[in-house]
Amino acid sequence: MKLLTLNFLTCARKTCKSNAAAFPLHPKEAELEQVETDMNPLFIKNILPRLDWEAMKTLTTELGLPNLPAETPSDEELATDGEPSQTAKDLHTLLMETSIQSGKLVCGNCEHEYAVKEGIANFLLPSHMV
Amino acid sequence: MGNVLKAGKQYEETHVHEVYEQIASHFSSTRYKPWPIIERFLQELPAGSIGLDIGCGNGKYLAVNPNVFIVGSDRSSNLASIALQHQPHSVVVADILDLPHRNGHFDFAISIAVVHHLSTTERRREAIDSILTTLQPDGRALIYVWALEQGSSRRGWSEGDEQDVMVPWVMKGSKKSKVTSGQAPSDQVVIHGVEDKTFHRYYHLYRKGELEADVKAVGGEIVEAGYEKDNWWAIARPKDVK
Ligand SMILES: [Zn+2]
Repeated sequence: MKLLTLNFLTCARKTCKSNAAAFPLHPKEAELEQVETDMNPLFIKNILPRLDWEAMKTLTTELGLPNLPAETPSDEELATDGEPSQTAKDLHTLLMETSIQSGKLVCGNCEHEYAVKEGIANFLLPSHMV
Repeated sequence: MGNVLKAGKQYEETHVHEVYEQIASHFSSTRYKPWPIIERFLQELPAGSIGLDIGCGNGKYLAVNPNVFIVGSDRSSNLASIALQHQPHSVVVADILDLPHRNGHFDFAISIAVVHHLSTTERRREAIDSILTTLQPDGRALIYVWALEQGSSRRGWSEGDEQDVMVPWVMKGSKKSKVTSGQAPSDQVVIHGVEDKTFHRYYHLYRKGELEADVKAVGGEIVEAGYEKDNWWAIARPKDVK
């Protein structure tokens, strides 16, 4: 699953969803993969204001990826002379091309671990948790 | 179905989830053309909108608008892996009643031909509530369910018929006789060199007004609703900030 996805997901358990500790989920034993995709600069620009930047920073730190800027990059920082800037390209690589291929996602509230296999996270809960 | 005592989670596991998991690739090969109302709903979204496609199946609606971001989900991991190909979107395996999507956060949701697979009124309403809970206060959800009133379709159900039904899915083997067009009682796909295999999926066929009632029962508001080709549909919004 591409890293962008994790900014929109929490623990699937109802008792966790309203708890701040359940977001973001924490990757564990994550195998990352780079999958090249065409860059859509407008998409990056539009999606940035919708991101919880603190959660993005937490995620990159936990994955051992290069640190993100302290604040969400502004529109001006995304383009130079009408072309996508290095910042925009880096964000595309991080959000859209970097994917957790396998591993686990751990809830910070209940500590339940969700498996990621072949790039897909599985949020089905065992029956005793539903 | 008749026996209401059987209805519930375990019943759906056997009569919905396991069936889709087995028919995934054949089902997918028959599902590629988006429906006009759903296509328009997705096309009209502002660029940069974020949303869900709950029960996304093979992801045919993920292909409609590449300027929004959709976190699709499906109960079937086989269908989810087929849906994964559609950029820029994402897909996870999840149950509609236990969605991992953040509450009160999304601009839109679609759930096409999914809610009718839940086997009690309570669970169908819980599913709609689950969808609306993910939306921000101005968010909109488009929900499609099969109609009981399908007088013009080959299935021929109409008002007064049983609402809880088992619908066959036939994987047609080439060793058997040819399918006669127009007479087929179910979806059919020809698989060469194998025998026919029939799977049955559970459906609750919605009657006029029932979908709107389910939305209102969980505190949702109807923005628009209608009937299109054997389906009832509704665009709903959450009434309260949750
Ligand atoms: Zn949790």
